[in-house]
Formats: sequence, structure tokens, C-alpha cells
Amino acid sequence: MSDEHFLRVENLTKTYGTTTVVKGVSFDFAKGEFISLLGPSGCGKTTILRMIAGFETPSRGSITVDGENITAIPPNQRRLGMVFQAYALFPNLNVGDNIAFGLKVAGIGRDERRTRVEEMLKLIGLPGYDKRFPYELSGGQQQRVALARAIAPRPRLLLLDEPLSALDAKIRVSLRQEIRAIQRELGITTVFVTHDQEEALSISDRIVVMNAGDIEQLGTPHDIYNRPATRFAATFVGQLNTLPARISDAAAGQANLGGRTITLPGLPSGIVNGAEIGLAIRPEMLSPVPRAESDISLDGTIHDVSFLGSVVRLRVDLQGTMVNVDTFNDQSAVPPSRGDAVAVHMASRDLMILPR
Amino acid sequence: MKPNKLWAWIVFGIGAAYFLVPLIATFEFSLKMRRGYYSFDSYASVFSDPRFQTTFGYSTLIGLFAIVVGILVVVPAVYFVRLRLPHLRPLMEFITLLPLIIPAIVLVYGYIRLYNSSSIIPFTGSALGTDVLLTCAYVTLALPYMYRAVDTGMRAIDIKTLTEAAQIMGADTARIITSIILPNILVAVLSGAFLTFAIVIGEFTIASLLNRPAFGPYLQNIGANRAYEPSALAIISFIITWGAMGMIQLLARFAPRTSARTD
Ligand SMILES: Nc1ncnc2c1ncn2[C@@H]1O[C@H](COP(=O)(O)OP(=O)(O)OP(=O)(O)O)[C@@H](O)[C@H]1O
Ligand SMILES: [Mg+2]
Repeated sequence: MSDEHFLRVENLTKTYGTTTVVKGVSFDFAKGEFISLLGPSGCGKTTILRMIAGFETPSRGSITVDGENITAIPPNQRRLGMVFQAYALFPNLNVGDNIAFGLKVAGIGRDERRTRVEEMLKLIGLPGYDKRFPYELSGGQQQRVALARAIAPRPRLLLLDEPLSALDAKIRVSLRQEIRAIQRELGITTVFVTHDQEEALSISDRIVVMNAGDIEQLGTPHDIYNRPATRFAATFVGQLNTLPARISDAAAGQANLGGRTITLPGLPSGIVNGAEIGLAIRPEMLSPVPRAESDISLDGTIHDVSFLGSVVRLRVDLQGTMVNVDTFNDQSAVPPSRGDAVAVHMASRDLMILPR
Repeated sequence: MKPNKLWAWIVFGIGAAYFLVPLIATFEFSLKMRRGYYSFDSYASVFSDPRFQTTFGYSTLIGLFAIVVGILVVVPAVYFVRLRLPHLRPLMEFITLLPLIIPAIVLVYGYIRLYNSSSIIPFTGSALGTDVLLTCAYVTLALPYMYRAVDTGMRAIDIKTLTEAAQIMGADTARIITSIILPNILVAVLSGAFLTFAIVIGEFTIASLLNRPAFGPYLQNIGANRAYEPSALAIISFIITWGAMGMIQLLARFAPRTSARTD
């Protein structure tokens, strides 16, 4: 039973003075899952992580790991691992001693410590670095050592607070894949805090989308991206175009979009005729050429073309509404240029209805 | 040479002369014990005086105790105030400055009133008790320097994150202070220790009024009764003090290094 509910957070609340920064958050994760807490700055991600670690005391609620209620246990008895944004390697210890620190505290013998340190160095791709000092390593190497140090004592849970945000973009991408690979190999349950939606989407099993101390949506990256539960989740995760429309016949699910009548699947109840709504659609769901499933087409003008590598993003003016249209790069085609007239095609089933 | 640079050199020269001329004169005088030519006789005389050896040994020992007690008091205090009670820092700054404001003579009269042999805590009732009191007095005298040295050392490292990193790996507070905090501020602590030593070795007022056989009262006694030896002793104390300061400079090279690289 506890494998299914390995990390269980119930009604977790944190109040500083009169402001509540975490508002009764609950979630439940299985053993071995990689979970991201995603949200804008100040939404309470770090506070939740620090409550799990034991550095902050919850005002209300409970935290259970592997069936043990750890809410009132001091951090040094929780048997968790944590990686900090600012590396936080011990400057007076070399790499080997940094990694061995937790093992030494746990009373593990010298020989086993040495074996474990070597194992860890191999795992993070830095074999033979044990005698180096932290200041002799690059940022990415320091953060990998910090990861090794956190997982060497085999913690029950690995906590990562924006471990990549102090690094350059390129290393950020390669290191996040590395963290994910190591996490998979060890099967260690991991909570990863980030405000970077691309990062969360690319490495998580499940994502907790947060806003202002509350959970907006909890689901797999696929769910969150394709079926956002709230307006906030829809706009915060991924790029989104919003097209203004007006309900013409609520009973029949019909709306007026740019002078055409379209039929919307699954119109939420409580919408009356004449209501202004926003229709949201991802840039890659819009296309300058008709596709098999396309049933709507709107005329517009190309306002700008940005070449992003594998993707070419067109900024199109649809009668006053700017939308992004993502197309795959095609080496043989002539790239579209500014001022060209273009028809934008889409499928009504890809439209997400957002109340205005 | 530009005129403003010339003026800088002139001012520097006057300043240097202000310090160096008495020093050189004292040194020159200390070599004149024998009539007619320079010799180190006055130094030989000082070093062979058994009172020099005992008082210097005594002050060194008291100095070492003062350093140990100072570290035991100041390091945890600065650590906890920085970590848990940062709003108390101004108060701490003020308290540690008090020994600079209150003259040593006031301090020692206070001690004698409070701890005399007919009081509830009769420290001055025995030689050992008085030694303990003298050590405590020196800890207090050195407090402004020890506190600032340790505080500067802790400012250079991120003690909050390092503490949390050690905590989550199971370390308790004693281990965090001894194996993480102290080694990282060792250079700062040692410079505080050398400052303490430099203060203790020549201190006169407290040692004299508590009637302890320390180096300071011995210096004063020789100065009042001999001709050449006081100059030799002045040069020796000067070398010891500057040696301690030089060690601080040297140690600064071994301060812990951190690097916030992004690559
Ligand atoms: N000790 C504190 N006292 C008062 N308010 C605090 C304290 N710590 C955090 N807060 C507030 O709690 C809110 C949430 O902070 P938190 O650090 O959890 O945000 P976050 O989601 O991690 O943001 P970021 O992405 O910027 O790291 C913020 O508004 C912050 O100002
Ligand atoms: Mg944060």
C-alpha cells in the first residue's frame, strides 16, 4: 500500500504572519515517481519543498513518507536528500569527502564509504575527481557532485530546488536529462521544483501546477499540456493563442469566430447566447496548409517570421488578433515572408474554451 | 614626478618617520649596554632573567586559555545569531564593543568588588581562581576583535545553506559546527586568536591589579629599574606583536574558496 502512496501530503498549509503562502495543498505520489512543482515566482513551491525537508514547520497539515508521518521529525532524522540552487558544497572538503559526508554521519565504515564514493562518481560521470576541491569545478560539475552527495546515503526521497537555474542554458538542458537518467536508474522518488515549464514538461512523470499557494492542476505532462484544467494552467504551460468568439446558439454549441459559425464540442454548461468566450489553441495546432482534420480556416497576414531551428514560428494577424503558428522547418520550401497573405487552418476539436 | 605624487611621498615619509624613528632609536639604545661598541648584551641579560621566562610563560598560557574560551563563546554565539536570531545582530555588535568603551581599570575594579574573597563567588580567594578571573577578563578585552574576526569569516560563507545541506544528511548541530562551520572560518578564527594573543601578552592594568605574575607587570617593573633592558624588551614585545599580525596576513591566503560558476 505504501508504494502507491509513498509520498503523501495532506492539507499542507503555511502562514507567515497574516499571509497564507501555501493554502491547504494535498497530493499523493507513488514510489519512484519524478514529480515537478511548477509555478511562477512566489507561488509557494520552495516553501512546500522546505516543509517536506523539515526546514519550515507547516501551520497545518501532514507529510507522510513511506507510511511514516514525518511532519514533526527534525530534518536530520528524515533520511531525505536535497540539492540546492546554490550548489552548497562544503568548501573545506574535497569532492570525495563531500559525497562521503552523509555516509560518515550515518556511521558507515571507511572502506564502504570509499566504494560508494567511487560508485557515485562513476554515476555522475566524474570518475577520478574525488581529490578535487569544489572551487576547482565548473558549475555543472559542482551541481552533479551535489546530486551525488544527496543520493549517496540512499535517501527515501530526493528534493531538488531549482537545481539548474544558476547554470547556463546549454548545461541546464543536458544536466536535466542526466538527473532524470540517474533518477530512473536508482528508482528514487524525486520532487523537483522549477518555474521553467519546458523543464517540467520534459522530465516529469507528473507535474503539480501551482499558483498563489494553490494547486491548479496535477497530471502527466501530456495531460497538462493538452487538457489544461484551468485558464492559469493553460496559459502558464506552453504557448497559447487566444481567439475571441461569441456564442451564437448555446444549445447547438455554435459560436461566431471571425464571421464564421463554428461548432464547438463540449461547451460548458451555464454559457448563454451572446457570451464572449476565448478559444485557446496551441501554435502547433494551427497550420498554413489544410490538414485532414482541419474544419476551420481564417484569413490573415504574416506579420513576422522567426526561425527557431526545427520550428519556424509565424506571427499572423487574423483580423486584429495576433496568433503564433508553428510549422516544421522544411529545407526545400521557400520560407514565407512578411506581408504575405495566409490562410490559417485548425480543427475545432483542438480548441479549448476559456471563460473570459 | 607629478606634484601631487610628490606630496603623497612626503606625507608617507613623515608618517613612516613618526613610527620608525623611535623604533630605530630604541633599538640602537638597546645595543649600547657595553661602552664603546654595539652588542646584544641587554638581550642576553633579558633572556637569562628567570623572571622573564616565568612571566612570559605565564602570559602565554593565560593567552592560550583566553583564546580557547573566546572561540568556545564567540563561534557558537555568532553562528546562532546569524542563523536564527538575525534581528539581534545590532545588539550583539553593541555588546561586543563595550570592552573598547569601558576602561580596563573600571572592569578590574568591578571584578574585585564582585569576586573578592568575602563575596559569594570568591574568585580572588585563590591563585587558581584569580587565574580563571584573569582569563575571563582577557576574553572580554579581546571580545571586540574576536567577534569581528569570526563575524567576517561567517559572512564569507553561506552558513544557512551549508547548515541545511549538512542537516538533511543527518548531521546534528555539534557536528555541523565542528566539521563544517569551524573549518570554513578557521582563518578568521585564527586571526582573532593572534589578536587576542597580542593583547594578552603586553596587558598591564588587569594583571597588575589582580596581582598575577604576568609579562605586562614584569615589563613595567624592569622599565622602572633598569636602563638598557627595557629597550630590549620593548623591541622583543614589538617583534612578538608584529609576528602575530604577520601571521594573520599570511593566513588570509588560506581562506576557503567558493565559486559560483554557471558553466
Ligand atoms: N520567511 C518568510 N517570511 C515571510 N514570507 C515568506 C517567507 N518565506 C517565503 N515567504 C513568502 O512566501 C511566498 C512563497 O515563497 P516561495 O519561496 O515558496 O516561492 P517560490 O514558489 O519558491 O518562488 P521562486 O520561484 O521565486 O523561488 C512568497 O511570497 C514569499 O515572499
Ligand atoms: Mg523558490
